[in-house]
Amino acid sequence: MSTAPRSSFVYVTIIRTTPAKLWEALTDPKFIRQYWYGVGVECVWKQGAPWKMSFPDGRLADVGEILEIDPPRRIVIRWQNEWNPEMKAEGPSRCTIDLTPLEDAVKLTITHVLDRPESKFIAGVSGGWPYTLANLKSLLETGAVATKAHPGH
Amino acid sequence: MTTRMSDADLLFKALADPGRRELMDRLHAHDGQTLTELCRHLDMTRQGVTQHLAVLEAANLLAVVWRGREKLHFLNPAPLQEIYDRWIFKFERPRLKALRDLKRQLEKTNKG
Repeated sequence: MSTAPRSSFVYVTIIRTTPAKLWEALTDPKFIRQYWYGVGVECVWKQGAPWKMSFPDGRLADVGEILEIDPPRRIVIRWQNEWNPEMKAEGPSRCTIDLTPLEDAVKLTITHVLDRPESKFIAGVSGGWPYTLANLKSLLETGAVATKAHPGH
Repeated sequence: MTTRMSDADLLFKALADPGRRELMDRLHAHDGQTLTELCRHLDMTRQGVTQHLAVLEAANLLAVVWRGREKLHFLNPAPLQEIYDRWIFKFERPRLKALRDLKRQLEKTNKG
């Protein structure tokens, strides 16, 4: 049980879809590329498997490992930034993705935590996640993403 | 006849209690605490804290994440930002905002 100060980003969204569809959207690279501004994700989605995220141009963005996986309920990723020296120096973060079924929808909870105060990495992802998740919700509910380009990128 | 509470009702009701606001302050200072950690040095029973956390979670102010056998509580700041936009920002006058900024600045210097 850690009592050290930590930085965290939390986001809860309700998406009108099924757990199976949302799970597919979260783990299929073809799907991910559509709502995550063209990033590439490589993973076989098993406990202990390596996880890798790349920019659209192929440059390595982040690396990590699947710490826990329980389809279609939960994924926990050890998520280490690679491309930004300051963020990389902060060490790995822990990203928990929880899917909670509701009546006609699914509650998606993202909790991204790094065990350091005022983490630049968490500040960075805090800006990105709302856009990515809005796109995911929009794509699943309407067939189109909310925004095609991330402002500021 | 009862009407279902709207999200805004749930939110304001959650914030109306000083014990719940204390819990939110504590999570803001140190996010991701377990029930046991939150109960420490608090003048509330464990059951009281559990009930407060349930109200906060129902209002979407908390996200609960399991880590092994521990249940960690995280603040979900999004609803507060929405309250700010809907109920505070639009009522602000530029002069009031300037006064608030000045007050904040002075309070910061006093603390130091």
